[in-house]
Amino acid sequence: MERYRKKLLLLIFVLTALAIFVDLPPEWPIKIDLERNILGKEIKWHFEKAIFRPPLDLKIGPLKIKNDLETKLGLDLQGGTHLVLQAEMENIAEEDRKTALEATRNIVSRRVDLFGVSEPVIQTAKVGEDYRVIVELPGIKEVSTAIDLIGKTAQLDFREAMTATPTSILDFQKTGLTGADLRRSEVRFDPNTSKPQVGLEFKDSGREKFAEITRRNVGKTVAIFLDDFPVTIPRVNEAITDGSAVISGEFTLEQAKNLSIQLNAGALPAPIKIVEQKNIGATLGSESIKKSLHAGLIGLLLVVLFMWAYYGKLGLIADLALFIYGLLTLALYKLIPVVLTLPGIAGFILSVGMAVDANILIFERIKEELRIGKKWSVARELGFGRAWDSIKDANICTLIICFLLFNPFDWSFLNTSGMARGFALTLGLGVMMSLFTGIVVSRTLIRTFLTSKEKK
Amino acid sequence: MNFVKFKWLYFLISGIFLVSGIISLIFWGLKPAVDFTGGTLLELKFEKNDQFPHQEGGQAISNFQLKEVVEGLEVKVNSVQESGENTFLFRMEPVEKEKIEEIKSKLKEEFGEVEEARLETVGPILGKELLTKTLTAVVLAAGFILFYVARSFGDKKFGICAILAMFHDTLILLGIFSLLGHFKGMEVDTLFVTAVLTILSLSVHDTVVVFGRLRESLKKYPGVAINNLANKAIAETLARSINNSMTIIFMLLSLWLLGGETTRWFVFALLIGTISGTYSSTFTAVPLFVAWKNWEERRKA
Repeated sequence: MERYRKKLLLLIFVLTALAIFVDLPPEWPIKIDLERNILGKEIKWHFEKAIFRPPLDLKIGPLKIKNDLETKLGLDLQGGTHLVLQAEMENIAEEDRKTALEATRNIVSRRVDLFGVSEPVIQTAKVGEDYRVIVELPGIKEVSTAIDLIGKTAQLDFREAMTATPTSILDFQKTGLTGADLRRSEVRFDPNTSKPQVGLEFKDSGREKFAEITRRNVGKTVAIFLDDFPVTIPRVNEAITDGSAVISGEFTLEQAKNLSIQLNAGALPAPIKIVEQKNIGATLGSESIKKSLHAGLIGLLLVVLFMWAYYGKLGLIADLALFIYGLLTLALYKLIPVVLTLPGIAGFILSVGMAVDANILIFERIKEELRIGKKWSVARELGFGRAWDSIKDANICTLIICFLLFNPFDWSFLNTSGMARGFALTLGLGVMMSLFTGIVVSRTLIRTFLTSKEKK
Repeated sequence: MNFVKFKWLYFLISGIFLVSGIISLIFWGLKPAVDFTGGTLLELKFEKNDQFPHQEGGQAISNFQLKEVVEGLEVKVNSVQESGENTFLFRMEPVEKEKIEEIKSKLKEEFGEVEEARLETVGPILGKELLTKTLTAVVLAAGFILFYVARSFGDKKFGICAILAMFHDTLILLGIFSLLGHFKGMEVDTLFVTAVLTILSLSVHDTVVVFGRLRESLKKYPGVAINNLANKAIAETLARSINNSMTIIFMLLSLWLLGGETTRWFVFALLIGTISGTYSSTFTAVPLFVAWKNWEERRKA
């Protein structure tokens, strides 16, 4: 037992040190100015230095871990634009709608990248019969610009080379064949080499145009452009008159799939409608955060004092365990990384409450065992054991709620996005962490620091 | 101490809150924010000028005036509310962005420089969806918790009483916000849904801990009257319940009094829920269990 304890203590120490490293902001300026008059002597001391925390960048064999260890704030905290777009799918066959939605997402995502937003969130959601793309643009305040950029319909067009060996996109000219002429595109496999290819199928209008274009470009290249950027530049081997074509090349399956999605996207006749837009002012967030942070610290201090006043030394140990809990949980949020939102912070605060609760339960049990005359060391172990049953059941119930709110399998009858998820994630992680700190950390610390009562 | 003896008093206290809350919910309902109803929320900050002599004599521009100006542009305005210094919150039917520009330039013309602090347009479907899905999650969670607690405690009564206490807290929270909505114009938004979820979790957590003690005593002293065992369990867990809630209440109180404006009512909802959740574990869930058990025994006899 003794050897076990020492190992755990070491583990706790190492984990805490790592957590502190992760929790530190990337830059921590320290500035001390001292100007004192002591015994007639003027003492001036000036100290200024910044501590830098390097980002995480590990390579262990094939495993690469890279994380800038920044706290990610949600839109409600840092301000920005929240858009919900709905793709109108009336004209698209039932079985193609999922691909079409995926394609829409890719297009939106590419446009957002053009916009230069750092860490945008773009996700799809199918709700009943509605197909949606949810876009979150942190820090973007000009909603109208964002909407204009994202909302426009993608343009796919075929262009022929004007020179034999085209060197830039300026060497291509439009042929008049566009995405509107494309019926669909899909991934196929070359029957001889079984390499993935992208198959194209034109509408009647496109078939004639395509036949004409390929006839006059045999041996030359015809490029497919999406929003004025070339997606692929295949070579025409022979005139194609049946309205279907295959783009072959050195594709991986993934690339072929993506290309097909993009082509379908360009051909996507589904217009996008904006069903929700929110512009959240950043000042609203940052002022709120600062105030709430102060308030949170004061509240935490009260909790610490209360625990100390009521439980004495045990309380102080619980405070230490709570402090370690806070460090570890925040580090976990940074590592995953969890995007912090207001509901997320609520989840964290609740999990702190539950972590304290675990300690209080244990202490009350220990006190009880002492009251009926058990020896300290016996009471200590019994208290932990007895409290564990209650702690386990209570926390499993909380985890059940978290599971359903977080909806990890994206069940469509539950929320697949939004605030309930953020809440469930921080609460769930917090509860799991509190089980660890409540049982392992508090217990090891008590075993380490409170042995003296034994001698009485 | 004989806690259980006063169980009708506890039921009466809960009953008063529940009944007034439910009546308010039936007659007035909750006041849904734009998140649920759909519409446009526009918050404008006016630059200080001679039309805003805030120090003395009140403000020169009234909410009514602003409303009139905007309605002059054929926009249906539900309400205008002063939300901060020189800052006004307009609640309108869904408005296109071109119209927003028009509103802003008109107001600028009449009252001087304006700055857009917030602009939200929400379709009404999204809010409803959020509600139905959250409700599905809650009902499922209640089912799973019922199942888990009943299995783990070897008695379905534990599970059902825990869930009843959970709905008790939810209803009280909803009821209080319905009353606040009617008398103070308090709106419930998506953040409020989070508060309700938080309280659900807390309520079940707390109840299960108290039940844990009861289960232990039931195992340890078979044949002893349930009233005595329940009293013992309450006595053993009351200090812990109160202490634990105190720590959460400390946190919430400081957030409520000192924290940011945007979270104030969210924190208030959590505060109400914490108090109700702590109360209901000891004074609703346990007495319910005891009453049920007694009734069962009487029926057998």
